[in-house]
Amino acid sequence: MATRRRIDRLGGVFTLVGGVALAGAPFVVFKPNRIVPGVPLGVLIALHGATAVAVLGAVVLAGVVAVFVANPPLRLVASLGGFVAVALGAAAAGNAFTPAGDLIVRIAPGAGCWIALIALGLLAADALTRLRPGPWTRLLLLAAFFAVALAALAHGTFDHLSVMREYRSNAGRFAFEARRHVELAFGSLAAALAAGLPLGVLCHRVPRLRAAVLGSLNFVQTIPSIALFGILMAPLGALAAAVPLAARVGIAGIGAAPALVALFAYSLLPIVANTVAGLARVSPAAVEAARGMGLTRGEVLARVEWPLALPVILTGVRIVLVQNIGLVTVAALIGAGGLGTFVFQGIGETAIDLVLLGALPTVALAIASSVVLDALIEVAGGAQR
Amino acid sequence: MRRALALWPLLALGLLAAFLVAPQRFAPVFAPFAAYGAPPIYDQGNLFALALAHVAIVCVAAAASTVVAVGLGILVTREGWTEWLSPSRTIVNFGQTFPPVAVLALAVPLVGFGEEPTLIALFAYGLLPIFENTIAGLAACPPALRDAADGMGMSPAQRLWSVELPLALPMILEGVRLSVVIDVGTATLGSTVAAKGLGEVIIAGLSANNAAFVLQGGIATGLIAILLYEGLRAVERRVCRTIRID
Repeated sequence: MATRRRIDRLGGVFTLVGGVALAGAPFVVFKPNRIVPGVPLGVLIALHGATAVAVLGAVVLAGVVAVFVANPPLRLVASLGGFVAVALGAAAAGNAFTPAGDLIVRIAPGAGCWIALIALGLLAADALTRLRPGPWTRLLLLAAFFAVALAALAHGTFDHLSVMREYRSNAGRFAFEARRHVELAFGSLAAALAAGLPLGVLCHRVPRLRAAVLGSLNFVQTIPSIALFGILMAPLGALAAAVPLAARVGIAGIGAAPALVALFAYSLLPIVANTVAGLARVSPAAVEAARGMGLTRGEVLARVEWPLALPVILTGVRIVLVQNIGLVTVAALIGAGGLGTFVFQGIGETAIDLVLLGALPTVALAIASSVVLDALIEVAGGAQR
Repeated sequence: MRRALALWPLLALGLLAAFLVAPQRFAPVFAPFAAYGAPPIYDQGNLFALALAHVAIVCVAAAASTVVAVGLGILVTREGWTEWLSPSRTIVNFGQTFPPVAVLALAVPLVGFGEEPTLIALFAYGLLPIFENTIAGLAACPPALRDAADGMGMSPAQRLWSVELPLALPMILEGVRLSVVIDVGTATLGSTVAAKGLGEVIIAGLSANNAAFVLQGGIATGLIAILLYEGLRAVERRVCRTIRID
């Protein structure tokens, strides 16, 4: 590399997008109450004095570093600094525009704030990619990020922003629905693993079965989620009515049971298909050699086939988990609970803050799951070598 | 056996067309699922028009996803642009990680109720398979072939157009096919924000506790997904036959 390009095009584009958004789009929106459309406030009106200087300074620094500096650690620190500054800037605007003791006024982060946060977040992600951290480092960074974010939320840093206002008035329900969301997403995954892994192994061993099983699981995927949720309501309702025991263990036409069954059905295809694909990666010669060494069929599966297939199976788990976290949102339509409850209630009341209260944790959960599983896939893949 | 396999999509098409044109004929089929005293066939709108609107939304969204994802896929595989690969992948992945319901709900205050939020959600959701398959397809072009094209004096644009893209086309089309199937199912969610489509039938069934509506909406949507899948596969096979090089 004889001459290093002075200007980083990638950094330039993200800086441009973030800068234009901050300059042109509202930084926060001031709403007299939760439902009326608000008054957009630009960044220079929303922020005052030392706060304005600090936030804009950090953002400009992040932009300059993104465009002119090639050193990845420096890029990471600068973009994260900008990210934190914009988030704290929004919080400061919330504090400044909320009259003391007022619980009706809403200060919502505006489009400029969100776009700047996304641009800075992408810059940080890019800097991180250039550093090529190992899987464990990535998990540690994720944990640190969440720890800081949760600490800030617990400390009340963002309490005067509209989403947190919405949280304040729904705190009890939020904890309940969030737990329900996680239970549904992970519970259906666990059930799909328990049934899908043996089924995948069976499909691998019996080629005749493979086409039939994968074909019918493929068919299940084409049924739209709300329809599958709805279709399952009738038989489970009938079951609960006919078998008192079923009703006693919580099976009912409306609620978590049809959601769990539908999510399980959707989860099977990626698990079974990836188990089959993973096992197909194992060369027959390796299996034969292991058999020749006197290993039983079960031992071959556990010691030879399983480790080689694991990364592919985990890729299936990643697909299922991200998909399920999104689908549980839809399950709120049939009364299954979960964070989708807030999303649909928010749509119904045209209260966007309530929508965000459901959507933001869902997105965070989905992203965190995909980062964790990507790291696990790498660990499993690295263990083979 | 082969003939029977080729016939079943036609059978599905016939069934779907018959149901959409004369839904009342199917009333006896759905009657056992209808709530007591409720109509067995959706009667708050024309099913044929809803199906057309549904397919139209999917087609527009898939076309937009295809243009953007293929364009991005080509860009990040060009010389000097490879640093864009990982951020593009992050963004496209984000599109699929973001739950479509959340996209719908957040798009409403920006663009209002109706078709637009659905288009945005489907567009974002459908990018990933096309993008990944474009990259995989372009990467599958043997370096020797690329060198040969350069040796023949082709410009990079000519090489892309007459060597790399034709070779990647089957993979790209497969990505489009996956994306379309995902879109058909996901488009039903659009009805929660007042987009026209078969989701309307399902939602009406859910809110009136009428399983017959849910069932017919779900079956019609599933049939459309399968038919589009088979139709695109037929196009794919034809295209692959014309450009087969090996």
